Amino acid sequence: MIRTVAGMTAQRWMGAALLLTLLGFGWGVPLVWSVDPAKQDLMLLLTPPDFDWADGVTLLGTDHLGRSLLTRLASAVRLSLGLALIGVVTAAVPGVLLGMVAGWSGGWVDRGLSLLADAVFALPGLLLVLLVLAIAPGSFIALYVGIALLLWLEFFRVVRAQVRRLRQAPAVQASLLLGLGPVLLVRRHLWPELAPVVLTLAAFGAAATVMATAALGFVSVGLRPPVAELGLMMTELLPYYEEAPWALAQPVAVMVLLGLSLTLLAGKDPR
Amino acid sequence: MGALINGPLPRLLLARAGQAVLVAVMVGVLTFVLVRALPGDMAYRIAAGRYGFDWVSTAAAEAVRQDLGLDQPAPLALLAWLWDLLRLDLGQSLVTGQTVAEEVGHQFGHSLLLAASAAGLSLLIGPPLGALAGLRPGGVLDRGLLLVAVLMRSVPPFTVGVVLILLLSVQARLLPAAGSGSLAHTILPMLTLALCLAAVSARVSRDAVAGVTASAFYTFGRTKGLGGGLVFWRHGLRNAGVPVLTYFGVQFVGLVEGMVVIETLFAWPGIGHALVHAVVARDVPMIQGAALAMGLFVVAMNTVIDVVCALLDPRGGPS
Repeated sequence: MIRTVAGMTAQRWMGAALLLTLLGFGWGVPLVWSVDPAKQDLMLLLTPPDFDWADGVTLLGTDHLGRSLLTRLASAVRLSLGLALIGVVTAAVPGVLLGMVAGWSGGWVDRGLSLLADAVFALPGLLLVLLVLAIAPGSFIALYVGIALLLWLEFFRVVRAQVRRLRQAPAVQASLLLGLGPVLLVRRHLWPELAPVVLTLAAFGAAATVMATAALGFVSVGLRPPVAELGLMMTELLPYYEEAPWALAQPVAVMVLLGLSLTLLAGKDPR
Repeated sequence: MGALINGPLPRLLLARAGQAVLVAVMVGVLTFVLVRALPGDMAYRIAAGRYGFDWVSTAAAEAVRQDLGLDQPAPLALLAWLWDLLRLDLGQSLVTGQTVAEEVGHQFGHSLLLAASAAGLSLLIGPPLGALAGLRPGGVLDRGLLLVAVLMRSVPPFTVGVVLILLLSVQARLLPAAGSGSLAHTILPMLTLALCLAAVSARVSRDAVAGVTASAFYTFGRTKGLGGGLVFWRHGLRNAGVPVLTYFGVQFVGLVEGMVVIETLFAWPGIGHALVHAVVARDVPMIQGAALAMGLFVVAMNTVIDVVCALLDPRGGPS
């Protein structure tokens, strides 16, 4: 891969640029067009896009209930990326901390935490989210809890393995012999090695969140209408394929761009 | 075979058995929470099931409560719940009234057919293409494959399914879009799953083959006069095979996740479809049975992969 500025590959820059564009779309659209994504207008069913920049309702066309596709897509992007962000952050913090503790201390702490991780890891990820979501169907909180429960694992496993390896490194051993404190050890020796891996995992976790949310929405066990969510929008628009192929194409295209931006940003799979 | 028994295999099998137990416990605990979180009093519902809706009274519900120990504190009730699960007493579906074991057994056959044919097809597509790309890293095929693989990995499997339905069954009218019963119905869901699996296994095979062909023993094989085909057959294939197979095991997780969504999309009467319907209908015994079957399926397939890897490479198991 071509190395460029700040040690990021061209591939990662492309991912970051794409993600920024999507963020700008998601949060910028409501600033420019104040159209409610849930507002129906039955006189405007499946109006094709007219690219009239003055009118936010028909700029990208309307869906089968006459709702503005532009603001619905923006709302769906905000939902997916927002959920991905808080899911990844709440999973990364305990995942990294527990991984450090387990990898550093070893012994029964390590065995206990690893057993817990193995128990969660034993179930396929989507199944875990689905079971948690079954407790409170259609609830955003349940979806979030399920996703965070799934994501912390990857952080824990990778950080634990890295810390186990780093602990034996000569530099760390020397610092221990000098009696340097834990804060300095983490800041000086552990974090610089862990940071790139954690960032890659975060991007993969965000991609997994976006895909799981859409997949569950698509089979109607995820979030419920009238929430604008990419998977739900695809299910809703699928029956109108003949009349309005451009309508179905939009959530599909946004899904592809979202997934692509996060996968490119993640770079190489650390596993 | 001696290497198999003395090697790392017994430990691996033990770990897999432990994993199977953990799957059962996880499914059991989650469904137990699910039952407790359901609104209403369980005793009344069971009383209605036993005596009919007209005969439900507080006295009858109390009798059921005493009989089944429903007033036990949660930890005891959880233990009783897990004990039932351990004896594979899965109960009856709340919707159809049939035993869960019967229902799951029936649906699992359909899922297995789909999963096996998809996995087989993906092995025909992915690794050969990946190997060809790996033999010439940086070539046209290698670059093209990378692009396709990144695109396929970036979208959830159902998007691929929707695109295939629109192209092959709505536009070209070649295949039925949903249902089951004939070979034609199998093709679209099989193709969707296989393409998603192949996108990843092609990349893994490419990296494995590129790694092997760059190694010293491979160069030596060429130097001593073996032809390109022969040296790949003798020295390349088996060495590249182990990481590919190990990764194939990891993919079964993806296969099961794909099953949930793809079966629902194509109305395939399998276990993933049943799970989604059970969640919608809040049919807790079916949720438990279906989730358990899918979790154990992943563990079983990974055990098979472990054994095959140990046979291919007796030096030591996959890390």
